[in-house]
Amino acid sequence: MMRIEIVRRPQHSALFSALSPFIALFLTVIAGAILFSLLGKNPFAALYSYFVEPLTEVWSIHELLVKAAPLILIAVGLSVCFLSNNWNIGAEGQLIAGGIAGSILPVMFPDFQGWYVLPLMLLFSMAGGMAYATIPAYLKVRFNTNEILTSLMLVYVAQLFLDWLVRGPWRNPQGYNFPETVQFNDSAILPAIWADSGRAHWGFIIALIAAVIVWFMLSRTLNGFEIKVLGRSSRAGRFAGFSAGRLTFFAFLVSGALAGLAGIAEVSGAVGQLRTTITPGYGFTAIIVAFLGRLNPLGIVAAGLVLALSYLGGEAAQISLGISEKSARIFQGIILFFVLASDTLIYYRIRFVTRLGDAVAKGA
Amino acid sequence: MTQKRIDGSETPLLEADKLTKIFGTLKACDEIDLRISAGEIHSLLGENGAGKSTLVKMLFGALQPSSGSISWKGNAVTVTNPAMGRSLGIGMVFQHFSLFDALTAAENIALSLDEKTPLDTIAARARGIGDAYGLPVDPDALVGDLSVGERQRIEIIRCLLQNPDLIILDEPTSVLTPQEADLLFVTLERLRSEGKSILYISHRLEEVRRLCDRATVLRHGKVVGQCDPRAETAASLARMMVGSDIHVIERSPVQKSAEQSLPLVEVNGLSQRPRGPFSVSLHDIRLAVQAGEILGIAGVAGNGQGELFEAISGEVLQERPDIIRLRGKDAGRIGISARRKLGAAFVPEERLGHGAVPDMSLTNNLLLSRHATDRKVFLAGGALKLVAESSLASAAKRIIGRMDVRKSAENPDASALSGGNLQKFLIGRELDRNPSVMIVNQPTWGVDAGAAAHIRQALVDLARSGSAVIVISQDLDELFEISDRIAAMVHGRLSESVPIEAMNRERVGLMMGGAEHAAPLASAGAA
Repeated sequence: MMRIEIVRRPQHSALFSALSPFIALFLTVIAGAILFSLLGKNPFAALYSYFVEPLTEVWSIHELLVKAAPLILIAVGLSVCFLSNNWNIGAEGQLIAGGIAGSILPVMFPDFQGWYVLPLMLLFSMAGGMAYATIPAYLKVRFNTNEILTSLMLVYVAQLFLDWLVRGPWRNPQGYNFPETVQFNDSAILPAIWADSGRAHWGFIIALIAAVIVWFMLSRTLNGFEIKVLGRSSRAGRFAGFSAGRLTFFAFLVSGALAGLAGIAEVSGAVGQLRTTITPGYGFTAIIVAFLGRLNPLGIVAAGLVLALSYLGGEAAQISLGISEKSARIFQGIILFFVLASDTLIYYRIRFVTRLGDAVAKGA
Repeated sequence: MTQKRIDGSETPLLEADKLTKIFGTLKACDEIDLRISAGEIHSLLGENGAGKSTLVKMLFGALQPSSGSISWKGNAVTVTNPAMGRSLGIGMVFQHFSLFDALTAAENIALSLDEKTPLDTIAARARGIGDAYGLPVDPDALVGDLSVGERQRIEIIRCLLQNPDLIILDEPTSVLTPQEADLLFVTLERLRSEGKSILYISHRLEEVRRLCDRATVLRHGKVVGQCDPRAETAASLARMMVGSDIHVIERSPVQKSAEQSLPLVEVNGLSQRPRGPFSVSLHDIRLAVQAGEILGIAGVAGNGQGELFEAISGEVLQERPDIIRLRGKDAGRIGISARRKLGAAFVPEERLGHGAVPDMSLTNNLLLSRHATDRKVFLAGGALKLVAESSLASAAKRIIGRMDVRKSAENPDASALSGGNLQKFLIGRELDRNPSVMIVNQPTWGVDAGAAAHIRQALVDLARSGSAVIVISQDLDELFEISDRIAAMVHGRLSESVPIEAMNRERVGLMMGGAEHAAPLASAGAA
C-alpha cells in the first residue's frame, strides 16, 4: 500500500521558489491541451495559435506590449500590497478611476494643449487611482473592514460610474450617440514607441521604470524591509516599531497610483478616448501576474508578458479555430490555480510512503 | 518489584531497540534503547535538542522511525499514527495544550474521544476520574476561564479516560506554581501505585530526583546513561545531560553608589483593560528598578506578564506619559522605537513571530530592532534609507561571536536556528547596544542549560555594568540565580518586590498564588 504525504520542509526551497512558475506554466499547457481535445480541436494546433502565433509577427508583438503595459503596472503595485498583507482586489476599479481622472483635461478642456498636458494627465490619473484606493485602506485601518470585500465592491461602483459618465455628461455630442467621449487631441495622446511598426506606446516604458523603482525599494530600502516584515508577521513588525496602519495606506496608495497610471495609459495610449470598455479585466488579471511573478517586480515584467500573450492567444484562437475568446479567461484561471498549487512545493515536499508494517501493527 | 525491574527478567511494558530518526543529515535520535517497566515513573532527561521530543513522538506514533523497532508488552509494533498509539494504551499530555478556549472542559474531552458518547456521560466520567486522582475540574467550565494548572488537569483527565497503560508527560511542571506541581506529583504517584507507567520528560532535576524511579539521559540524540535519579545529585545529573560542568553564575553584590540613585525604569500605576477575549487586564502596577540591579518578576504564564511587557516596551501605549518613565523621562505616550532611543532594549517571550521574523535572515532580524537606534550605521543614502548589508553582516558576526551562536549557514533564516541559539542571538542583538534599561520576558524558555547559563551571566553582567534589568520568568531557579529583588504577578497585579535575601521558594509560591496581597492587611490587623 502506498500513501502520499506532504511534509513541511525545514527551510523553504530556493530551487522550487524559482521553478514553481515554470511548473505552473507547464501544467497549464497540459491542462489546456486536454481542454482543447475535449472541445474536439487539435490540441497542438490550438496551443500553437494560442502561444506561438502571436509572437510570429511584428505588429502582434506590439500588441503584446500594449496588453502587457497595464498588467505590469498594476501587478507591480499589487506586489507591494500583497507583500504587506493588504489584499487589494480592486485594482480594476482604481484603473477606471485613474482613467477617468486622467481624462478630465482632454475631455473637459480640449482646447488646453501643450507639452505639459500629458504629464498633468498622468499625475491626475495617479491621484484618481490613489483617491479611490484610499477608501478601502481607510475602512481597513479605521474600522478593521475586510479590504478584499470593500476593494472588490468598489470595482462595480467605478464601472457603473464610468458607464454613466460616458453615456451622460461626457458623451461626444458629435459621436452618433455611441458611449464614447471626444477623441483626445494630439497633445493628450501617449505616443507610440516605434510608430512605423506598430501601436506599442510609452505605457510599456513607464511600466518598466515603475517595476525597476519598486524592485529597488523592496530589495534595498528600509521601506521595503518594513513591507516584508509587516507582511510576514504583524507582531514582529509592531516590535520593530513599524505601523501596520500607515503601511496599509502606503501600499494602497502605491498600487492605486500605478493602477491609475495603467488606466490613463490604456485610455490615452491604446484607445485615444474614454469608453465604457477601457479594460478587459486587466485589474483582475494583474493579480495572476503578480503571483506568477512571485511578487517580485522584475519577475512581474516577465509574467505580464506571459499573461498578455494569453489575451492575444485568446483572440487568435477565436479567429483561427473558432474557440470563444472567453477561453483566455479560463487559461488565466488555470494559471493562477497551478501557480498557487506549485507554491506548495516551496514549503512542503511530497513523500511517497510504502508501508509494510501495517499488518504487524494491526495484529498487535 | 524493584528488583524485577532492575534485573529485567520481567517483560517490559515498552521497549525501544536501536530507534533512529534521521532528518536530512541530522540524526535526531541515534540508536536509542529505552525500557519502561510496568508501574514505574521513568524520566527522560536531556537538554533541548537532545532528541527527547523526537523519541517520544516516535513512541506515540506522531513520527515514524528511520530504523529500529518498538515492542509493546512483548510484541513488535509499528505505531503508524497517534490514534493507534492511543488504542495500544499510550497516552500523551503535551507541553502546549491542545484545548479550545471557547469550549467547555467536557466538550474538549469529547472532541478527542473516538466513540460518540453523550456529553453528560463524559462530564460524569471526567468528574469521577478527577475525584479519584485528585484532579478537581468543573466539566462545564469554559476552558478560556481556567488557569493553566486546571487546563493541564483537563489534558490529563482526557488522557486517563482512554485508560492508558503508559502516560507520557512533556515538561508538565513548566507552567505550574510549586504548590500546583506538588498536587500533580500526588496524582502521578497514585497512578504509579495502580501499576500505570509514566514517561516523564523534564529538565528540572530536583523534580526528577524526587519523583522518578529511573532515568534515561540523552545527549545529542544518543543515550549517554541510565541511572536511579534518587541516588544521584542534581549536579551529577546535570553533568550527564550536558557532558560537562554547568557554568555557575557569578553574582557580585549590587554596588549602591548613591543613597538613593534615580530609578532607570519606573512604572507608575499602570492599569489596562483586556485588549482581547483572552487577554489579561492589568491593575495598578508599580515598579522601579535602579542602575545595577535585576528585578525578577515571577508568575505562572498568563497572569499578565505579556501585557506588562508590551506596555513597558511601547508596543501598547499608555493613557498618560508618566505611567512609564525611562531614564527619568516620561515615556508612556511614545512608541517602541522612541523608547529604544531613550536607551531601553526589549526581548519578548516569543522568539519566532515577535522577537524575530521566522523566514528572514539573521542580518534582517538584526535590523528589525535596531533600525531606529543605529540608523547611522545600518542605513545609508540619507532619506532613501538604504539598508547597509555589509554593516549589518559585520554587526551580526560580532554578536554571533560574543554570544557563541551556533548556526549551520553563513546567514541563515531565524527559524533555522535552534531555540537556544536564536535566543542567544536575540539577547546579543540588544546587549550589543549596551542598553541602560533591558526588559526580558522568559529569557531561557526552551533553552538548553549551557546556553541558559550564558544568557543569565550576560544579564547579570549587564546589570553590574550599570543598567537596570527586568527579567520576567516562570523559572524560579533562574530568578533566584540572578535577581536582586523578586516580585510576583498574579491576575494582572504585581506584588511588592522582596529582596532576594528575604525570599524563599515557599514565599514566592504563595505570592504567585496571590496570597501575599492579603498578607499586609492581615498583619496590620493583627498589630
